[in-house]
Amino acid sequence: MEKKKTTIVLFSGEYDKAMAAYIIANGAAAYDHEVTIFHTFWGLNALRKDAQVPVKKTFMEKMFGKMMPRGADKMGLSKMNFAGMGPKMIKQVMKKHNAMPLPDLIEMAQEQGVNLVSCTMTMDLLGLQKEELLDDIEYAGVAAYLGEASEGNVNLFI
Amino acid sequence: MKANKVLDAKGLACPMPIIRTKKAMGELSSGEILEVQATDKGAKSDLTAWAKAGGHELVDDAEQDGVFTFWLKKG
Repeated sequence: MEKKKTTIVLFSGEYDKAMAAYIIANGAAAYDHEVTIFHTFWGLNALRKDAQVPVKKTFMEKMFGKMMPRGADKMGLSKMNFAGMGPKMIKQVMKKHNAMPLPDLIEMAQEQGVNLVSCTMTMDLLGLQKEELLDDIEYAGVAAYLGEASEGNVNLFI
Repeated sequence: MKANKVLDAKGLACPMPIIRTKKAMGELSSGEILEVQATDKGAKSDLTAWAKAGGHELVDDAEQDGVFTFWLKKG
């Protein structure tokens, strides 16, 4: 039996939305689906390493790099962010309820063989370079996404 | 019911029970029984759907003091 496929486009750069994407991805992997998450625009920040990586950048790219969250754990919330208090509160509640933090969900997804794909065009726009993103991810564009999505049983845009 | 393997997924939140169940099921052979204990209130719907999609059989389930127990037969 051929494996079913799930594809997710992660466009958003907020902690809660990325969490939803990664919970579905992990669930789909447990469902024995072949799972791909395409990260584009603000969703690319989920793939950033939390340490600063020295790379050559233009002034604008440097500004972008500073203004965007460096890594999944530094993302804000899409609602009730309260200038950074929101994420602190939700992380406490998550701990209480034993929900997995986003960085752990991403690691779990990689362990489960979920394909993490970074959109190269938006990487250029936001000035993000391969060295700044997690290891063992793929780089692609819209055609690669459509190739997967046209065979997808579940296709989501988050 | 006698199980070949018992998985303690108590206290785990979505999506962990299903991920652990998948891993545990992978260690069994066809026809063997996996017992899963969970406290997640969505576990019944989740495991029922997951078992169906994977060709496994949910043989029985029970609830006691907020702990749900499921017996899954590997397909």
